[in-house]
Amino acid sequence: MLGRKLGRDLRRLWPQALAIALVMAAGVATLILAAGAYASLSETRAAYYERNRFADIFAGVTRAPSVLAGRIAEIPGVAAVETRIVKLALLDIEGMREPASAMFVSLPDIGEQRLNVLYMRAGRMPIAGDDREVVINAAFADAHHFGLGDHFEALLNGAKRRLTIVGIGLSPEYIYSLGPWDLMPDDRRFGVVWMSEKALAAAFDLDGAFSNVTLSLMRDASEQAVIDELDVILKRYGGEGAYARKDQTSHAFLDAELKQLGAMAKVLPPIFLVVAAFLVNMTMSRLVALEREQIGLLKAIGYGSLAVGSHYLQFVAVIAAAGIVIGAVGGTWLGVGLTLLYQKFFHFPFLVFDKDPSVYLTGAAVTFGAALVGAVRAVAGVVGLSPAVAMSPPAPALSPPVRPPRGVSRPVAEDGHHGDPASRALAAAHRLDGARHGARGVDPRCLAVDAALDRADDRRHLLSADRQNASISFTETKRLAAAFEVSRLPGVMTVEPYRMLAVRLRHGHRERRVAITGKPASGDLSRVLDVDFAPVVLPESGIALSDMLARILEARLGDLIEVDILDGERRTVEVPVTAIIQGYMGLTSYMDLDALNRMAREGALISGVHLAYDTAAEDALFAALEDIPAANFIALQKVSLQKFRETLATNILIMVTVYVGLAGVIAFGVVYNAARISLSERARELASLRVLGFTRAEVSGILLGELALLTLLAQPLGWGIGYLFARAMSASFESELYRMPFLVEPATFAEASLVVLGAAAISALVVRRRIDRLDLIEVLKTRE
Amino acid sequence: MTNPIFRTKDLRKIYRTGEVEVHALRGIDFSAAAGDFVVLLGPSGSGKSTFLNIVGGLDRATSGEAWFADHELTALDERGLTRYRRDHVGFVFQFYNLVPSLTAVENVALVTEIARHPMKPREALALVGLEDRADHFPAQLSGGEQQRVAIARAIAKRPDVLLCDEPTGALDSRTGIRVLEALVAVNAELGTTTLVITHNVAIREIAHSVVQFGDGRIVGREANATRKRPADISW
Repeated sequence: MLGRKLGRDLRRLWPQALAIALVMAAGVATLILAAGAYASLSETRAAYYERNRFADIFAGVTRAPSVLAGRIAEIPGVAAVETRIVKLALLDIEGMREPASAMFVSLPDIGEQRLNVLYMRAGRMPIAGDDREVVINAAFADAHHFGLGDHFEALLNGAKRRLTIVGIGLSPEYIYSLGPWDLMPDDRRFGVVWMSEKALAAAFDLDGAFSNVTLSLMRDASEQAVIDELDVILKRYGGEGAYARKDQTSHAFLDAELKQLGAMAKVLPPIFLVVAAFLVNMTMSRLVALEREQIGLLKAIGYGSLAVGSHYLQFVAVIAAAGIVIGAVGGTWLGVGLTLLYQKFFHFPFLVFDKDPSVYLTGAAVTFGAALVGAVRAVAGVVGLSPAVAMSPPAPALSPPVRPPRGVSRPVAEDGHHGDPASRALAAAHRLDGARHGARGVDPRCLAVDAALDRADDRRHLLSADRQNASISFTETKRLAAAFEVSRLPGVMTVEPYRMLAVRLRHGHRERRVAITGKPASGDLSRVLDVDFAPVVLPESGIALSDMLARILEARLGDLIEVDILDGERRTVEVPVTAIIQGYMGLTSYMDLDALNRMAREGALISGVHLAYDTAAEDALFAALEDIPAANFIALQKVSLQKFRETLATNILIMVTVYVGLAGVIAFGVVYNAARISLSERARELASLRVLGFTRAEVSGILLGELALLTLLAQPLGWGIGYLFARAMSASFESELYRMPFLVEPATFAEASLVVLGAAAISALVVRRRIDRLDLIEVLKTRE
Repeated sequence: MTNPIFRTKDLRKIYRTGEVEVHALRGIDFSAAAGDFVVLLGPSGSGKSTFLNIVGGLDRATSGEAWFADHELTALDERGLTRYRRDHVGFVFQFYNLVPSLTAVENVALVTEIARHPMKPREALALVGLEDRADHFPAQLSGGEQQRVAIARAIAKRPDVLLCDEPTGALDSRTGIRVLEALVAVNAELGTTTLVITHNVAIREIAHSVVQFGDGRIVGREANATRKRPADISW
């Protein structure tokens, strides 16, 4: 019979139970979504790396003889070596106005690839030695709708060549293929092209030589020892400094993505579960208060305290089970969706779907746990309740009276058994207080969502640092005079040279391999901003570090940093840190261009230029740029920015839709439950008012007005908590590759409140219907 | 009196609320024989409900002894009291205390499920004249019908004693009489010892004996030489 009671009670209270179950479901779903996508993505990546032999160590070099491969292979711990030619080159693609570039990577002419093995999605490998046939990366092919047999032109070391696509492939090395100076992968403007080693060597005058080497390590090898030894071997050939996987762009971006997912899995589910526990507490306390006499009765007729207590626990368990099922289904669905989204974005050749039962078990366990925590107080009350209460009505206690509208004195219609109609249980007041907390609890989540929205906007600040329309990087460092050549191109208004110098920075025992960017002291196109977004004038000597880099090196203003120059005339110098600046992407450091060149002792050299041009002359400029033999990559910041916004807008729109949905679920769940409980506590008084002649609107106004007031009062609190919460979340998403400056725009607070107020308004409308349908006679006839 | 089923000796109950002590029972010596129909009368606060709660195993005495047959109730722990209530006692409350989400027959089944030698739920309902209303929910029954369901629920397990606290308190005279008829019938047919608390002096005339409570003590006791049938009384 208790089972039947359970079923009927659940049916009667289904909207409240469902609201709670949905909040729990949200928690389970986010856990499964994030943990599942995390596991899928990391296992897919691991499997991809394994199957296609992704290298462990990478090094660029100006020109090293191929025979060096043997010496490199002898480094203790090295499992496999592959030397190759890797060069950036401009492309000329029919029908594409703006310039595109591609990374040209050589394929061995004899034997198979040993490392970073191509996964062929279509077609075949180029014939050894053929200087026309290429394999292109799938993303680039998709962006241009290229098929096998299609052609495009490339400017290889100044010579234009018509290339034929014979294969479309994927590589673990370019899962995230980012062009230099780009903020987001733009597969239309940046591709990866594989061709015969012999053909590439001929094009770049690298016969019998290589410009890049990758290694895989044995299981127990010391990564750092191999890197050090490799650097020693490559030094005299212009080695640019070897680096490990963790510094490889594609890998590092994927890592950052995984880190975000991991953070999401840790941060979001607890919020939902805490709210759910709170809702369970609120609802169960009220249920137990309402069923006090039934509980007493059950005990009076011989049911043990544990039997009765477990009856109420089962009630909660059913709700939790429903939440878990809904959450598991929803989370799996969202997780698969998210993983597919990632697959599309990252172009994995296959996908390892990880439906790890332990994630589901964890989700179920923590949800039951949260439900139990929420129910424990109410159920303890059940267990402790004396059976004698069945014999007597509940003790009247104090609580705030309902204030009738328009100063009418308090309602009087009450039956005789419960004394003062104004009396209400202290517990009721307490619960109302709980509701207050509840409404407050809504906001942080929502605000955090909006902070995520804002983070997109924050990159505006990052972009405001770069005000150029375009950047051109040269195939090799050039004399400063090259900048003047660019300034003569059609439409060019301002030109600003820059130089990138590969270095290793060392401070104490901490070191990092980075590039120092040299800029003119008063650069106006590409500016350096300090941590407060104010432009920094680079000092004549010394180095400016991004705050993240400074943190990694544990360097402060005035500290001396050792700089190992990994380019040209290699030497080690010491420079003082003269500024700490704001950096969002990667680890950046800047020096005054002249100071950098003095340090490198190579005269006035530049790696490229930033330029501002007249957009009216864009076509002429683009046409001219494509024919500059010296350039190998032309970044278009405007296009880049637009692409960045598009990608981000899509991603963020998806995430925000999910988050706002989840925030709405919480807000609705809390407000609806609070309203229903309030209604159940006051039904008698509200009905009395209706009997006295108040209209439905007036009576609803009392209950809903109070809720509205609470909801409004909760907003500023929610803003505060949400702000702190979003800041913590933003910090937890931080990685070496990019960081999100934390800024919350005033509009965000308004948007967050709108979501909460909207959800509150919907629940108010639902409750309003119940108030309208109050059965006056029934309510007044039965005792509470 | 031979073979009393209830015996109490100097039964006392003190409620403490902070500094305040309320003496609800100030030494009750009471006994009732098996099959007795006893009416407990007295003003509010005179201790009758407290007394009933203690002999029903719902509450504990502060001192003194209470015996049910050869069980010393005052010595039982929580589990023992639950057992006692489950096996021997039927309760009827002033406000019926039916579970609103269960039908009449299900409310009765709530007890028969855990009792040792119960009657069939519908049989119990038939005893109180409600066989036709078995599948109605409490909200679909009148007050008197609800109270009769409560009685059916109380007697369905064939209890040794039936304890009723103001069973007609919420009912009008005509409905109340139907309820009393059910109680008397059960007492007569099943031989269930019945203790009925009431404010209603008219009811005294249907009992074997009447015990008068006042200020936590028994202030009077009398036996009815002749019992009236419930139909013959009114209020």
